[in-house]
Parts: sequence; structure tokens; C-alpha cells
Amino acid sequence: MNHDTPRGRRRARPSPVALAAGTVVVACFALAVFGPVLAPHAEGTIVSRNIFAPMSAAFPLGTDYLGRDMLSRVLYGARFTIGVALPATLLASGTGTLLGMLAAVRGRTLDAVLSRAMDTLISLPTLIFSLVVVAALGSSITVLVLTAAVIYTPGSYRIARSVAVDLSATDFVKAARARGEGGLAIMLGEILPNMVMPVLTDFGLRFVFIVLLLSSLSFLGLGIQPPYSDWGGMVRENIEGLSAGAPAVIVPAVAIAILTVSVNLLIDNLPGRGSRHRGA
Amino acid sequence: MADAIALLAAGRRRFAAPPLAVLVLRRIAVSLLLLFAVSVLVFAGTEMLPGDVAQMILGQGATPQALAGLRAALHLNEPAWLRYLHWLWGLLHGNAGHSLVNGMSIATLVGRRLVNSLWLALFTTVVTVPLALTVGITAAIWRGTAYDRVVNMLTIATVSVPEFLFATVAVLIFAVRLRWLPALSLVMRGASFAELLRAYALPVATLSLAIFAQMARMTRAALVNTLSSSYVEMAVLKGVRPVRLVLRHALPNALGPVANAVALSLSFLLGGVVIVETVFSYPGLAKLMVDAVSTRDMPLVQACAMIFCTAYLLLVLVADIIALLANPRLRHR
Repeated sequence: MNHDTPRGRRRARPSPVALAAGTVVVACFALAVFGPVLAPHAEGTIVSRNIFAPMSAAFPLGTDYLGRDMLSRVLYGARFTIGVALPATLLASGTGTLLGMLAAVRGRTLDAVLSRAMDTLISLPTLIFSLVVVAALGSSITVLVLTAAVIYTPGSYRIARSVAVDLSATDFVKAARARGEGGLAIMLGEILPNMVMPVLTDFGLRFVFIVLLLSSLSFLGLGIQPPYSDWGGMVRENIEGLSAGAPAVIVPAVAIAILTVSVNLLIDNLPGRGSRHRGA
Repeated sequence: MADAIALLAAGRRRFAAPPLAVLVLRRIAVSLLLLFAVSVLVFAGTEMLPGDVAQMILGQGATPQALAGLRAALHLNEPAWLRYLHWLWGLLHGNAGHSLVNGMSIATLVGRRLVNSLWLALFTTVVTVPLALTVGITAAIWRGTAYDRVVNMLTIATVSVPEFLFATVAVLIFAVRLRWLPALSLVMRGASFAELLRAYALPVATLSLAIFAQMARMTRAALVNTLSSSYVEMAVLKGVRPVRLVLRHALPNALGPVANAVALSLSFLLGGVVIVETVFSYPGLAKLMVDAVSTRDMPLVQACAMIFCTAYLLLVLVADIIALLANPRLRHR
């Protein structure tokens, strides 16, 4: 599985890139929790008469289209960007992994049914599918989380299934079967512990995709609804300031990029990981 | 012994493999089935819509007779599966019904917009494919070098950055700071070539950036895969230079996977086009769909969704058929 990693690096300590990216990811998650405490102003307070103000000592990231402090807005927004994407990723990755293992362990019929269902789901373009769902059901946070989870379950399923199929052909799983262990015991005791790395890598990848999907929806005005704003929504509400070159448009978009790029760099540079699985 | 039997079985299977045409037809049938499943899912969207559609169209002041008449005309009294068949039948005949918002025929609304979006997609493809192939192939030739690593980093960056960041930064630099290009992409009828070029430059560049890296990376992967085969190893032992090795020995055999990669990457256009048309107010199908979603104009949303899903399935189908044609081993699955 590790053919593409240079020899000798396999058991190396985390690379500097992984450390740096990991630090940024942890910092982003910390902001999602402590953002409101750290913010100098409340997210909704209008603090300046200058709308689309440039960066200054008083307002380090400028002000938005109503004259609110962008630094505080971004700090508050982390909750919505990360706080919605994380449960969606947990759901997608959890369901996908569980079903993938089931399909691998429980024989052909279930495997065929699940795989065909996942093939159908994966043949929908993600953003278009979410647009249809939002048109029908509106964009409450529950709908957003569930939609993102459903869209990205097949990707996790495919990876988990392929790894679990490989694993269930190994001697130790055959031995467990011969001992008379049940499907559940084999899944949780033998297979799952051996696929932690691919599942975690996939989790990171799904998280990036989901953050991008939800941000795009918010950018289109169809994601998190005002008065709350995630980072994608902030780009949208300040888009008028683009012609004035206001930081209010760029800053939230850059915040998303910092989060997603560092997650991607982190999973790409983890030590001892399996080859990077790329599902659709 | 067991190995010999396996070999024999494999040999028998090879002779028994169905002809290529059957495999391609089978793959097309799978796509049609998928399209059918997708249409059911898209139609289910309206079923979840709360409220009475007839009331929505006619407003609160409608007489009961008018409501009953419209319900009959829209087949609202029929069970869901029958309405689905009506909808599908209409769609197949280019009659997707009328917009709930302005009552216009959806075919008319969609027609012009679809052409605009196709132009955008075509320009993007023409710009991106040669560029991405060049970068992908050179990265495979000089794999492991600093150049390869830079390409890899760029790929990770562009894959994980939202399209609207590219779009806004591009507008900021080229339209706002440098004033070279217009921030909105409104193409007038009878515009000169130069005007056209200026109008399309930013949207095409943004879209191109969104799919370029993916395409280059997949091209590189397809080539590197071929490079690990034993006949390439033989060529290396023979002393063939890296450039010749990739272009003469590996590329011809990797053409299938590369074409497959190109078709698959093009399917990423579908996500990008939604964002790009919105940012640049480009009068395309995606913008129409986003507007329809905000006004909850379900028939229009469904029609747009079906067009996008069909395009997507078509691209994946083309990618699979190319792979099937290019790699005989896939025919024996």
C-alpha cells in the first residue's frame, strides 16, 4: 500500500508541513469554539460609519457593508462554517464507513444493493443536487447538514468498502471467522482498527469538500440565512464592496481557503499514512 | 496446480468476453438507468414542496372553479407516479411546463441560457485542456523534482480553495485595480470579437483555474501509472532518456486514461459554472437555476437540474467508454 512513499520516511516523525498545517487546523477549530469570546465587538453591532473601510488599527480587517467589524464577524462566522460542516462530515464519514464495512463483511446481496444505491447518489453533481434540495426544503441548518452528509456518504462508502474488502481477505480475519466470531465482532474488532488511517484521511478530504459545498451555497445566498453568517455568506453580503477593493469581501474567502488548504496539507503529509485515496 | 487452473479459467474468460459493442451498449444502458433514477430523485423534490401549487399560481383570490380547473390541467389530482410519468413524457418532448413565477414556457426560458452556458463551457475547455495536458505531462517527465512538487502544491491549493475566491480576486486585480477587463460579463448581440474576448476572459479564466489542476494531476497520475509497468523499466535499462521515455513509450499507452481524466475533470465544470455565472452575472443556465431556487420555482429548477445531470452523466459515460476502448483489460471484468 505504501509503494509511493519513499523508503525510510515511512516511520518518520510528522513533517514540518504537517505540524504547521495541524497547528492552523487546531487554531481554526479553537476559533469556532472561542471566537465569540475573543471578538472585540459583537457580531451584529455597527461600530463604524465607514462602510467597506480598509484595514486599520481600530478595525484590523476593515468593516463590512453595514459598518460592522470584520474581525469580529469572521471570528463569529467560524462557528457556522466549521460547526455545520463538522457534524455533516461526521455523519457522512460515519455512515459511509459503517455501510462500507457491512458491504464487505455481509456477503454479496447487501454489497450489490448498497453499491448500486451509492452509484446512483454519486452520479448526481453535488452542487446541483443541493440546489434542488434547498429549493424544495429551504435551507435550515438541519437540511444543510443532512444534504451534505447524504451527498458525501458514497465517497466514504467506496473507500471504506475497498479497504474492508482487502482486509476481509486477510488471514487474521479468516482466523476470526474460523473462531466463529460474528459479523459485528469482526467489523469492530478486526477490520475497523486496521483501517483507521484511510478512514481519517478520507474524513479530512470529505470535510474539505463539505466546507466548500456549504460555503458555495452560502455564497449563492442559499446556505446559512441571515442574521447568521458563515464565511461564504460574508463574501456574498459584501460583494458590492469588491469594486471599492474592500477587505470585507476577500477576508472571509481567504479564511475558508486557509482552513481547507491546511486540512488538505495535513492529511497529505501525515506520517505512515496509506496511499492517498481519492474518491469522487 | 491451483495457479494453472486459475490461469486456464482466466484464459477461458478472455475468449468468452463479449464483443466491445455489447460492452459499450451495456455501459450506455447503465447510464440510462442512472438517468432514470436521477429523474425520480429530482421529481421527488416537488413532492416535498409544502402547499398547493394551484393556489400558489393563482393567488389567494382565486375562485374554487379556477383552482379545480388548474389542478386538472396540471394533473394535480392524479397520484404521484402518474404525475411523474406526465412530467417525464413532457420533458422528453421538450415540454417542461411553465414557470410558476412568470408563467413563461420553460423551454423558451432555458433555450437561450443553455446556449450561453455551452459557449462558456466550450471556451473553458479549449483553453484548459492543452494547458493541463502540458503541465501534467511535464510533471510526469520531471516527477520528483521541485517543478513536480510545485505543481502538486498548486493542485492541492486550487482543489481546496472555493471558486468564488478565484473569481473575487480576479475581479479585484483585473477589473478593479488594473481596469483591464469588465467586472460583469454581459455579452451584447453583435459584439465585436475584442469585446467578446474581454467579456469572457475573467469567467473563463476562473473556471479554467477551477478544473485545470485536477486535470493536470489526473494526467500525471495516468502517465506515472504507465511508467511503473515493466516494459518502461526495460526502456529505462536500455538507457532511454526521460523525455523520450514519457512521450514515446508511456504516452501512447496512457492516452486512454488521460482522455478519461480529461472527460472526468470536465464534469467538475458543473459546480464551477454555478459560482462563476453568479459572480459575473453571466446569463447562463446555472444563473437561471440559482434564481429559480431563490424564488422556489420548482418546475424550472427541475428542468435545469435534469439538463445538468444529463450533461454530467454524459461526460462520465464518455470517460468510461474511452477507458473501455483504450484498455482491453477492463473488458474482462
